[in-house]
Amino acid sequence: MSVDTRNEAFLHEYCVENAETTDFPGNYADFDDSWDLQSFKENVEENAIEFDMIGISPAIANAFRRILLAEVPTMAIEKVFIYNNTSILQDDFLAHRLGLIPINVDPRYFEYRQEGDEEGTPQDTIVFELKLKCTKNPNPEPDACTPESLYNNRNIYSKHLKWVPIGNQEEIFQGKPIKPVDDDILIAKLSPGQELDLKLHCVKGVGRDHIKFSPVATAFYRLLPKIQLLRTFENDEAEKLKKCFTKGVIKCENVDGKKIAKVVNPRKDTCGRNVFRHPEFKDSVKLSVVKDHFIFSIESTGALSPQTLFLEAVEIFAGKCRHFLGELEEINKDAK
Amino acid sequence: MEKVNEIKEKWKLLPAFLQSRGLVKQHLDSFNHFIECEIKNIVKANEEIRCEADPNWYLKYIDINVGKPEIEEGFNVTRATTPHECRLRDVTYCAPITVDIEHKRGNDRVIKTGLVIGRMPIMLRSHNCVLHNKTFAQLIRLKECPHDPGGYFVVNGSEKVILIHEQLSRNRILIEEGPVCQVTSTTAERKSRTNLMINKKKQIMMKHNSFSDDGIPIFVVFKAMGFESDSEIVELICGTLCETDEIDPNLLIPSIEACHRAEVWTNEQALRFMASKLKAKNSAPGNKPFFQEQRRKSSDEIVRELLSTTIVAHVPVVAFNFRQKTIYLAQMVKRLILAISNPDYIDDRDYYGNKRLELAGSLIGLLFEDLLKRFNSELRLIADKNIPKIKAAQFDITKHMRQDLITNGLINAIATGNWTLKRFKMERIGVSQVLSRLSYISALGMMTRINSQFEKTRKTSGPRSLQCSQWGLVCPCDTPEGESCGLIKNLALMTHITTDVNQDLIIRVCLNLGGVQDINLCESGAKINRNYLVYVNGLIIGITFDPVKLVTALRKIRRGGFISEFVSVSVNRLHKSVYIATDGGRLCRPYIIINPDGQPRITSKHIEALNRGLICFEDFIRKGLIEYLDVNEASDSHIAIKEEVINPGITTHLEIEPFTLLGVCAGIIPFPHNNQSPRNTYQCAMGKQAMGTIGLNQRERIDTLLYLLAYPQRPVVKTKTIELIHFDEMPAGQNAIVAVMSYSGFDIEDASIMNKASIDRGYGRCFVYRNQKCVLRRYPTLGGASDRIMGPLVQSEPPHLPIAKHAALDIDGIAAPGERIQNRQVLVNKQTPVSSTAMETTPLPGKAPSYSVNYKDVPITYKGIEETTVEKVMITSNSEESFLIKLLLRQMRRPEVGDKFSSRHGQKGVIGLIVPQEDFPFNNVGICPDMIMNPHGFPSRMTVGKLKELVAGKSAIIKGTLHDGTAFGGTTIDEITEIMCENGYNYHGKEMMTSGITGEPLTGYIFFGPIYYQKLKHMVLDKVHGRSRGPRAVLTRQPTEGRARDGGLRLGEMERDCLIGHGVSMLLLERLMLSSDAFNVEVCTGCGFLGYQKWCSYCESSRSLASVQVPYAYKLLIQELQAMCIQTKLKLTSL
Repeated sequence: MSVDTRNEAFLHEYCVENAETTDFPGNYADFDDSWDLQSFKENVEENAIEFDMIGISPAIANAFRRILLAEVPTMAIEKVFIYNNTSILQDDFLAHRLGLIPINVDPRYFEYRQEGDEEGTPQDTIVFELKLKCTKNPNPEPDACTPESLYNNRNIYSKHLKWVPIGNQEEIFQGKPIKPVDDDILIAKLSPGQELDLKLHCVKGVGRDHIKFSPVATAFYRLLPKIQLLRTFENDEAEKLKKCFTKGVIKCENVDGKKIAKVVNPRKDTCGRNVFRHPEFKDSVKLSVVKDHFIFSIESTGALSPQTLFLEAVEIFAGKCRHFLGELEEINKDAK
Repeated sequence: MEKVNEIKEKWKLLPAFLQSRGLVKQHLDSFNHFIECEIKNIVKANEEIRCEADPNWYLKYIDINVGKPEIEEGFNVTRATTPHECRLRDVTYCAPITVDIEHKRGNDRVIKTGLVIGRMPIMLRSHNCVLHNKTFAQLIRLKECPHDPGGYFVVNGSEKVILIHEQLSRNRILIEEGPVCQVTSTTAERKSRTNLMINKKKQIMMKHNSFSDDGIPIFVVFKAMGFESDSEIVELICGTLCETDEIDPNLLIPSIEACHRAEVWTNEQALRFMASKLKAKNSAPGNKPFFQEQRRKSSDEIVRELLSTTIVAHVPVVAFNFRQKTIYLAQMVKRLILAISNPDYIDDRDYYGNKRLELAGSLIGLLFEDLLKRFNSELRLIADKNIPKIKAAQFDITKHMRQDLITNGLINAIATGNWTLKRFKMERIGVSQVLSRLSYISALGMMTRINSQFEKTRKTSGPRSLQCSQWGLVCPCDTPEGESCGLIKNLALMTHITTDVNQDLIIRVCLNLGGVQDINLCESGAKINRNYLVYVNGLIIGITFDPVKLVTALRKIRRGGFISEFVSVSVNRLHKSVYIATDGGRLCRPYIIINPDGQPRITSKHIEALNRGLICFEDFIRKGLIEYLDVNEASDSHIAIKEEVINPGITTHLEIEPFTLLGVCAGIIPFPHNNQSPRNTYQCAMGKQAMGTIGLNQRERIDTLLYLLAYPQRPVVKTKTIELIHFDEMPAGQNAIVAVMSYSGFDIEDASIMNKASIDRGYGRCFVYRNQKCVLRRYPTLGGASDRIMGPLVQSEPPHLPIAKHAALDIDGIAAPGERIQNRQVLVNKQTPVSSTAMETTPLPGKAPSYSVNYKDVPITYKGIEETTVEKVMITSNSEESFLIKLLLRQMRRPEVGDKFSSRHGQKGVIGLIVPQEDFPFNNVGICPDMIMNPHGFPSRMTVGKLKELVAGKSAIIKGTLHDGTAFGGTTIDEITEIMCENGYNYHGKEMMTSGITGEPLTGYIFFGPIYYQKLKHMVLDKVHGRSRGPRAVLTRQPTEGRARDGGLRLGEMERDCLIGHGVSMLLLERLMLSSDAFNVEVCTGCGFLGYQKWCSYCESSRSLASVQVPYAYKLLIQELQAMCIQTKLKLTSL
């Protein structure tokens, strides 16, 4: 039984071979196939998706990418009111760091803040508080020597941001209190006696103004690679060819005691083009990318799921189209 | 032949070397040597003061010591201090100089100890400094950066470095082009220069300042020294009377003739002849005592005195026994005539073996001796004046010892850098400089700087060009461009500068060793010239029959540690001499010793022991495995760069690591051996402007200007030097992901395109700190009134908020920390007392007049376009006991178009455009570059090191490590390509990228990866300037000049020429007059003079006045000419 049979069924002329599921625990020697929720969760990236977009112009695909980066709004810390900051970090520096913390809240519940408004309303502002003082741990462990164990509140993490609901926010976000996406973003390190007393205002904004409002860590696409072997590659040559590509792209199969190279997963290729390093391979491999097959990746910062982000982007795109059509119509009307 | 195994990890010796030595050991050693030895010698040389008034009275110094640094708080109260306190409080980090004296008080001999005669500024980290031998944690507690090298002084709060000065070696025979034989002698008492030259008649003449300019025939000099026989002299010079291969005595015939023609045959005749050539001296007031003495002597005696003390002064003459000096002079003549036929004998002035470096210790030593002499003469004057007076109390000299003469002399010299020594007619400026704290590298670079005495304006290339003898000692890259190119240099990483070692011991060793015959016992010139001469510090001490044996023996003694490791012994076969040098200021450097069988004395075992901390670098020297070679000895050795090239039996030494030939600044560059040479030089200059971290105590400092990077990173491609100097702990730059491609056209001429998202995320973000000082003085003339600080003025309306100008002020009238300050807002609301009037016109006798004092606002305001924030306020007192308030102001700046960045390869450029991330190209894994650099930067600059840095950096981040780019080594391209191929990246480092604008793939593959970029201190915000209207100068009413005064933009003469060329006269008129200083002046058409208010004071009428518009400067000119009685008439005609 080759490893292929674990998760592949083979379509022959008259039958489907290996159609039944076989990857039960213990069935394959080198695989631990026992199902585990934890590991399943780990394998599924919560904040990232990859999907294919096929048959559209790069301009459209690019438009989605651009909108995701710059125009889908999120909430981010914009105003920092510093009542006290005796830490080593400068006020402006601290404010900049705080601004970059992604906040786990659906921006669609909020409106943009009016220009000139300093106070903010429950409809457009989320308020956080960060009020901590580092003190000496009165009874540390006898063998404690790290600053973390000797002092209280040595490290200030994003989890220390305390949400202060204003207006009816408590009701709206009942059961799902607003907090930063990640708890373990280090904001500052304090020494005993230093303290922070800050009030933070989050507002809605878009990535075009400042990257902290961008809902994605990155959004990008690549074109589907295609690899054609123009001759057969055997034994050592096959191994050498395999090394020219990203792992998993080329496989050396045993055919009649010879190793023969075969393209198994061109999608995995990162376009390293290392075949050109070897003059003997230069003309026997044809590399290409499919121009209208986009492998689109969205890595969300966590405020919204990547799926919703894409839908949001589509919505914004549609809005832009509608606006444009409207304008065209205006022009037509004027022309008539 | 047995193959020599490579010593693995040989470079580990370096950290050991630097750990035991530090980067500025040369400064510290020199200063320590001064404090511990030299100062005592100086005092010993000037130990006694006697006066004319009382022959029995005397003062004698027994001992001198320099204590620990302390600060004077009020009257006679002192307290130990730290360097950081001195920096903050603008005081001097200095320690008391105490002497033990013995003097006469009345008829008693009194001994007094611990008398303070002055204060000595203390070099940081020297033995007397509180930072000496402190651990990392202790240094932090003292608020000092543990990586700070020390070696500088804190004078009035500012850090001053005494630069290393390069000089020609003293007391050595030097043959110059001509040929001219020059000897510059220096002893503790005097400096003199003696020249021997050949005139047109082929006669050898001696020239000296004391004698007339045409010189004295050399045979006359010999005869004046007591050698009357010509044949004896010739033998002394040539060794024989007949011609040999080496030397032709016939060359001396014109000189002998010259002597005979002058009718000099005997000693007396010679002295008389020389006396007739004496220069008439104009008696300078300072030298009076000397001349009074001289007048009493006959001129023959003067000549004899001169011959023994001033001519070739460093050769000692005891009781007018000139033999040693004659031998020395004969050797000078010999070298001179040898140089006539053989140009090999002409010495190279630029050769580093002929150079000595002068350091802080010797410079302060000179200054201190001068001050002590003045101090002593002042004491003598006081004694002369006071002893004859009859007073109730006995005369006690200790009451008259003022501290401030020595203290102020030292402090002023270091603070201003002006070294003025009347004794040696020395007048040098710029000896000390403010330590540049722009970045850690700039501070380190300054500590290793060598200043040359050579004039900057001269165009000659000799002293500026790279000398082959500076290999390994002076960095070949690090020199500024422009006028001081090649004159200011930097020490290499392992260079050490020697301090004086007592030569008496060495001389004794030489003479006792056998093989060396004392020069005083050499009976004939023939014998002297047949054998090798042994010189110790330029003094002939003897002759030797077997120089090789002598040198080997001396080296063995040195390796055994019986004499100092810094004694250099070398054979010069050309000069037929053995040179032994023990003097200070020689450049030297450690090498691994190789046994005659070709095996290095260091084996892997030693390195292992070193790794385990069982031995340290000193042990290597103590065990004779490593030794220091100075330039002369290195020229006499065979040094292998690598183990492979060792030639058994011939090779004597092995290089520790070749990359140490570079200095600190050049050591930062990755793969410098791949770069075009000037690029490394440019980087050396730019690394000093890069902002980053200046020290671990940077936030404790209040400097006039401080640039810090918000998120400094250590480079992905590091070098060994970076680790050695801890640059990775105090970096100055960030690893930017760079795409080498063209974009938008805003990237021409080295401009680069910056990603807005990267800037938003903190790339290139920096802090600019400035300080504001405010001193509150007391004015004794105003009845002791002093400056005061008032609280903020408040508005009259109910909430009573402070007025806008005082918005940032706290209750105490000083801006509060954390406040944001706008342009022209007040930082300190200071008031100063003004001309007060005495209350009573005639104060009562015995009572001080009371004053009513009026105060005037003199607020300290902030001036700057961009707002700033108060970070810290410090209130303290300075040395004058007045209040000192220092405010630390901070600005955070994000990069903007026009800010200057540079990589580590001399490739500087400004930001040409900031582009949002969505417009940026991205690669297959979604990475957008931080910066786009135009590929045109590469072909003409040939910075291959930068290309290598990119691929090495890329492979490092793919693998998750740091890669090494040390000079002559580092990660190989094979390793790099292997890593990239394994991970699916192109082995060239070029990637397929997609345009962010069109969404289509880019046609070209893009060279893409991380490069360490430095943000340089030149920022647009500090330079933007333009004005439409603004201030004018009072005198001319023309716009002011310069950005600081909000000046106008000058339309210079070339621009003016251009307008003239175009014939646009009205534009010219508008630019030069109307927009500048147009002025309506009234001119009397009758007399042509200027009138005023419709009145001509010359015609005494108001009849014929016309108004004319002229530049105010013209009106001024007319009036100034009038003041000089030159009349200027304006004749007006109507158009």
